[in-house]
Amino acid sequence: MATGIKDKVAIVGMGCTKFGELWDKGAEDLMVEAFKEAIEDAGIEPKEIQAAWLATCYEEINIGKSAMPLSTTLKFPFIPVTRVENLCASGTEAFRAACYAVASGAYDLVLALGVEKLKDTGYGGLPELSFTFGTRNRVIFPNVTAPGAFAMMATRYFSKYGIDPDEGKKTLARISVKSHHNGALNPKAHLRREITIEDVLKAPIVAWPLGLYDCCGVSDGAAVAIITTPDIARGLRRDFVKVKALQVAVTSGEELMYQGWDGTHVESTCRAAARAYQEAEIRNPREEIGLMELHDCFSITELVTYEDLGISPRGKAGEDVNSGFFDLDGRIPCQPDGGLKCFGHPIGASGLRMMYEVYKQLQGKAGERQVKDPRLGLTHNLGGFPPHSVVSVAIVGK
Amino acid sequence: MIGILSYGVYIPRYRLPRDKAFASMGWVNPATRGYARGEKAVANYDEDAVTLGVEATRACLKFTGSEGVTGLYWASTTPPYIERQNSAIMASALNLSEHVETADMTGSLRAGTSALLAAFNATASGRCDKILAVASDCRVSKVASTQEYLFGDGGVAFLVGEGEVLASLQGSYSVSCDFVDYRRTTREVFGRAWEDRWIRDLGYGRLIMDALTGLLKEQGVLPQSLTRVVFPCPYPALRKKTATRLGIDPSRVQEPVNQAVGDSGVATPLLMLASVLEEASPGQLIAVVGYGSGAQALLLKVEEGIEGYKRGNWLKSLTVRAEISYEKYLAFKELVPLEVGIRGEEIAPTALSVLWRERKAVLGLVGSRCKKCGTPIYPPQRVCVNPGCGAIDEMEEYSFAHRTGRLFTFTADNLAFSMDPPALYGVIDFDGGGRYWFDLTDCALEDLKVGMEVRMSFRRKYVDKNRSIFGYFWKAVPVLGGGE
Repeated sequence: MATGIKDKVAIVGMGCTKFGELWDKGAEDLMVEAFKEAIEDAGIEPKEIQAAWLATCYEEINIGKSAMPLSTTLKFPFIPVTRVENLCASGTEAFRAACYAVASGAYDLVLALGVEKLKDTGYGGLPELSFTFGTRNRVIFPNVTAPGAFAMMATRYFSKYGIDPDEGKKTLARISVKSHHNGALNPKAHLRREITIEDVLKAPIVAWPLGLYDCCGVSDGAAVAIITTPDIARGLRRDFVKVKALQVAVTSGEELMYQGWDGTHVESTCRAAARAYQEAEIRNPREEIGLMELHDCFSITELVTYEDLGISPRGKAGEDVNSGFFDLDGRIPCQPDGGLKCFGHPIGASGLRMMYEVYKQLQGKAGERQVKDPRLGLTHNLGGFPPHSVVSVAIVGK
Repeated sequence: MIGILSYGVYIPRYRLPRDKAFASMGWVNPATRGYARGEKAVANYDEDAVTLGVEATRACLKFTGSEGVTGLYWASTTPPYIERQNSAIMASALNLSEHVETADMTGSLRAGTSALLAAFNATASGRCDKILAVASDCRVSKVASTQEYLFGDGGVAFLVGEGEVLASLQGSYSVSCDFVDYRRTTREVFGRAWEDRWIRDLGYGRLIMDALTGLLKEQGVLPQSLTRVVFPCPYPALRKKTATRLGIDPSRVQEPVNQAVGDSGVATPLLMLASVLEEASPGQLIAVVGYGSGAQALLLKVEEGIEGYKRGNWLKSLTVRAEISYEKYLAFKELVPLEVGIRGEEIAPTALSVLWRERKAVLGLVGSRCKKCGTPIYPPQRVCVNPGCGAIDEMEEYSFAHRTGRLFTFTADNLAFSMDPPALYGVIDFDGGGRYWFDLTDCALEDLKVGMEVRMSFRRKYVDKNRSIFGYFWKAVPVLGGGE
């Protein structure tokens, strides 16, 4: 009988680069920078690492296929290294693989590293998607981009709940304003400027109804986690963080091909969250979760994720947004580091970047952004599109 | 009886008022002012002669279905492919049997009537059951040329075979000669013409007359017995003169469609024939002339079948219209270099072996339906997507192309590359079941509402110039009703 991952592994060190349009840095620089911080934080030597997982998404740009870019950059001495790719959940997937490896007893000390150099395409946004989904889909998928695919969820959300798009956009704007407030306090964030609701509403439309400030940035970055057993962790530091739940849910295809999905939620998030709460033995997430790092690729994604995670009732997330429930000083601070909104989204790195913030918050080391005494933190990644998605939910705690 | 069983017309949605072209480019040749009247039909950026032909054929088969169709002859002077049979693409798009006879007819504006005549001949031989004769053209012309005012895009299709026919063929007469009024090699985008007055007097004046008089003489029919005479001719005075020479009232000469559509090349005489059939009565005699490298005249007799035939397609095809700016027209026709950005240049290669395996799904929009639970699915699946079913290998083919649907949700995307930004796309719920996402076309963001009706249309989804690929697929078109 499976008993889940709860309390079986610990995060003992983490590192994260500054994210941004890092024209002068290659993936090698990012990997080394994040790695150095992580081993210093854990107080270990590189040679103590027994296995590693590398998360990258785009191989057309960035560092190509296989795990060799990680092993050769860090000169790992012929240890097992594996590349993991599951779209935007890649970082958390690498983390999950590393945790399972320790929990299985196969290794004592392992590493998960996510890195992505997105700013080498020559144009804005993610690399052209027609290359991403295979040789059949490229001839039948619409001319879709990430903002467009998520914008369609906003169209549907506004329609279902009878929200005038102009009013709906104001609620979405508040989500971005909140994240920019947090990001402005974070030296590692890409975008560090406070914005107003008016800024958001006046910004050019990227994919109707979403404007520029409804979309996360595109950036380069890397983040690392070092994972071990709680026993070994105790010998390294007192404030290690324990993994409570790791769940992934991947679409069955029904949202896009079967007329059951209502278009205002992400089914994979609902499924992954339900299993994660069970694994972590959380009965009332709204009461028990201390902070969240959600996959706010777009403002509408964050809005529906509040509902999909069972934090806000269906159709009511806007009320929580407008009451400040998710603000840094609110009941469940969301994206305390600034989120994808301010960090940008170097795909392979994002899941581990979120985990880095939760880790620092649980240790009480988040500086100006410190949330008051959080006990449990949740990270969430959503890859693909709302009706065609892969989602990871991770919960960690003291 | 063998004859025309059905017809269908497709005129693209966009119209360019000719005075707008003149306002921009009339300075080059002020004498073109005389042409700057009415409007011309302009194919959307995702349309070409093949897609126009497919849409016309779908209109033609709307009430008859494609049962018993054994051939498709397609005429055009603007075939997207010189090698890769265009009519075979069309047959796949129409989900016809793979055992149909297909042929591309080209090389002359006369190819339209040639295709119709070939369809009559093939069915009359008893060798073929029903044949589609399709004519469509999407001609481009140099900026500020006379042709720029004259040319318009359109397509027309006729189903010919045994049954309750609308019209039968009484006879035909051809004049074939190397009359080089207009010429174009495979390497050229634009054609070259000889002097207009020579083309008018000898081409439209003499050759059409030769074909008509030859036909009437051979058939022993007096010109006065003709209810309608159909021939392409952009010169109003010459149309009148031809009537006088024949000894018939000029009102019997069918007005061309130039003012509303333009000269659609091979489709022009057949569009005019469709227009005649819209109001024809049994017993009437109609002469139709195709012009080009000579001329070819067909004598048709309207039959009883016309009485019960559901007409109105012609007029309806003209009511769905929207104006296009001259600048956008130039961009769509690739007459000005347009900035597409680096993203616009990134086109994923088309795996032709994938296209072969998936040809029914991609070109024909054929999905599957689960025999266990009845769920229609696109694209086709081996395992049923209904979460309550999940049956494996219990599928039958299920066609989506003719089904209407509802716009479940949509967006207007400024990041995606489009020749007509913002790129519009959405999720479609098909009436009767099935859901997928598609590009939207022939509409603007302001037209879109969640829940509105859409129909599917065969289009170019992408163009990969470096690899000579027109990526044909289906898009959803919101049903917007008539225009002005």
